[in-house]
Amino acid sequence: MATKPPRVKVPKTAKKGEVFEIKTLITHPMETGNRKGKDGKKIPRMIINKFTCTYNGNEILRADMNTSISANPYFAFYARATDSGTFEFAWTDDNGKTVKTSKNIAVS
Amino acid sequence: TPEEVATALAKLTGGVTPQSGKITLKLPEIAENGASVPVTLIVDSPMTADNYVKQIHLLAEGNPTPEVVSFYLTPAAGKADISTRMRLGQTQKVVAAAVMSDGSVYSTSKEVKVTIGGCGG
Amino acid sequence: SSLGRAAAGQKITQEKLLQFDPVGQVTLLNFTDIHAQLVPLYFREPSTNLGVGKSAGIPPHLTGKDFLNYFKLRAGTMDAYAFTSDDYVSLARQYGRVGGLAHMATLIKAIRAERPDNTVLIDCGDTWQGSYGSLKSRGEDMVTAMNALGVDVMVPHWEFTYGEDRVKELIKKLKFPFLAGNVKDNEWQERVFDSIAYFERSGVKVAVIGQAFPYTPIANPRYMVPDWSFGINEDMIVENIAEAKSNGADLIVLASHNGFDVDRKLAGRVEGIDVILTGHTHDAIPALVKVKDTLLVAAGSHGKFLARLDLDVQGKKIVNHSFKMIPILSDAIAPDPEIAAVVRDVRAPYLKDISEILGRTDSLLYRRGNFNGSFDDLICQAIRQERDTQIALSPGFRWGATLLPGQAITTDDLFSQTAITYPNCYRQEMTGARLKTILEDVADNLFNADPYYQQGGDMVRVGGMGYAIDISKTIGNRISEMTLLDTGEQIDAKKTYTVGGWASVNPGTEGPPIYDVVSDYIRRKKVVSVPQNNTIKVTI
Ligand SMILES: [Mn+2]
Ligand SMILES: [Mn+2]
Repeated sequence: MATKPPRVKVPKTAKKGEVFEIKTLITHPMETGNRKGKDGKKIPRMIINKFTCTYNGNEILRADMNTSISANPYFAFYARATDSGTFEFAWTDDNGKTVKTSKNIAVS
Repeated sequence: TPEEVATALAKLTGGVTPQSGKITLKLPEIAENGASVPVTLIVDSPMTADNYVKQIHLLAEGNPTPEVVSFYLTPAAGKADISTRMRLGQTQKVVAAAVMSDGSVYSTSKEVKVTIGGCGG
Repeated sequence: SSLGRAAAGQKITQEKLLQFDPVGQVTLLNFTDIHAQLVPLYFREPSTNLGVGKSAGIPPHLTGKDFLNYFKLRAGTMDAYAFTSDDYVSLARQYGRVGGLAHMATLIKAIRAERPDNTVLIDCGDTWQGSYGSLKSRGEDMVTAMNALGVDVMVPHWEFTYGEDRVKELIKKLKFPFLAGNVKDNEWQERVFDSIAYFERSGVKVAVIGQAFPYTPIANPRYMVPDWSFGINEDMIVENIAEAKSNGADLIVLASHNGFDVDRKLAGRVEGIDVILTGHTHDAIPALVKVKDTLLVAAGSHGKFLARLDLDVQGKKIVNHSFKMIPILSDAIAPDPEIAAVVRDVRAPYLKDISEILGRTDSLLYRRGNFNGSFDDLICQAIRQERDTQIALSPGFRWGATLLPGQAITTDDLFSQTAITYPNCYRQEMTGARLKTILEDVADNLFNADPYYQQGGDMVRVGGMGYAIDISKTIGNRISEMTLLDTGEQIDAKKTYTVGGWASVNPGTEGPPIYDVVSDYIRRKKVVSVPQNNTIKVTI
């Protein structure tokens, strides 16, 4: 669905217990279904409606999105460092297609 | 409309009467670009296993659909502080509500102006 | 009269302007909103400056005799001339022009000589725009001049109307920090500019936090700054204060382009700011305004004032202070030769163009004031005639020099009122409903009871149409009795009217530049005159 791979910012390292910021961006028009195209016909709704972030398999954050989220959805949120491992991010659109990316973190 | 937002919110929070406090909604007073308005939701919570923020809901009174986004958190977030960007078609009140792990609900709102712009000092 | 002027000249001397009771370790020198005015000019303060809500009836929302009474100033004096529009033309003829960078430089150098280890010179912005030279050199003339003057730090607003790339280029040429602590990028919402500058002065660590105009992409074209997001962003100011304190700052100064009422509200909400040097709304207030523990300075505009604030700081607290707004009365000050040469140099390439006399004015021409100014009325006359429209709209900018009755109008003068990077004068059809929306929208930017929702300009100027306004109402309910002046008929929401205007913030606006429209008009008229404007009925 996305033309460019999603981008995420996760620190490469963190101290155990530290709370740090994560930022994510994905390219997507977030078509609302309320807009008309040049032919006068309504452009069908096509949005990303779900976003999840897990850390070593445990959910940190999930978002259920509607049409009022801007094009190219952006999320910034926090996580607490526990163990070294992987953050996984997933975006799912109205067709049920999912785009994923991941980042590793070393916790000392 | 305010009624649609109230109905949607009641559905999302199980009908618990919201209290004021604990939740902060950061939005510009005047939108620079109605297609992309930065918004930050912060809830005062220790985010421990027995005391954390379960859900944060964002709603808009003047958009075609009142629900904007619902966030579901776990204590592993460490901090309930989430930013995104939203659409605002016209001047309106934006409402945010947090559901805590004990089931209590806190809400707040902010008016955002969408203007034609121009002029200045 | 020349006799009056000689007498006034005798009374007012450079020494007298510089008289001051020095205090403490730190001298803050501040000017703001100079709008690229390098040579002495006339600038009439507003005769209408209405405040709403908590700002009603208090400075800066006082004019004329009310202003004089509030600050216990006498009519007919230098202070009455500098701070009010009371008896303006006759006092202007007595006291002469104001401002001029070389004249301000004389005072700055004298104070620096007296306080060599104490002084910080702070420019609160709107520096690079407002003249023919600044427009043609895209701000470079002012960067050269401010580098020569030795400014220590600045904050921006109109600077952004040269576009992101040009701003970055000019920042590289600046010899001092350009601070905009409330600006983020639109992609990752991260800081774009430096936020804080530090100055050690006689053992006091001064932190200057910079705040750009929060509504730049709304009041000016967003396409000029597509990648940057602004806003008041109190949370970023709070972060900056915490950072400055953790870096050992003894004194926290906010150099702000928020506008006075916004800063007054901010001072009541954000802890830890010792001094706010305010800008943007062009208010000239002769005394400090105190909100809780914060001192607010409002240093006027157009190079007309240099504000001096001396501070005695003990244990990170201001224990004593001394303040003066020094009016730059050019006739009483010997221009500084070094800066005079810089001003001459940067104006030289344009001197022939800007010296052209377009015509003459029979009337006092000024802009500043909540509703129509006479220079705006002249612009509206020109738009209606040159673009053949029923109605003209002109933006409520607060900058632009004043011309006295009988004065020549040069290209220099015209550009001081019109030099912008989006000058196209459009001609289009608008419905009565659209016109009402525009007036309501701008009125709310000026008269919203909450200053955080104000943008700090004045009301859009209107030619060919009258209206009534009740400033105490809310958006959608302030404007009534819209009347087409040609026929006296009421404006019909559904009918369309031909409208000319300029400074549209929308991309792709077409039409000749406004300065060409107005110069053609003045050249043809030779002598312009602007009758008293009685077309707006104001209810407070
Ligand atoms: Mn200004
Ligand atoms: Mn300004």
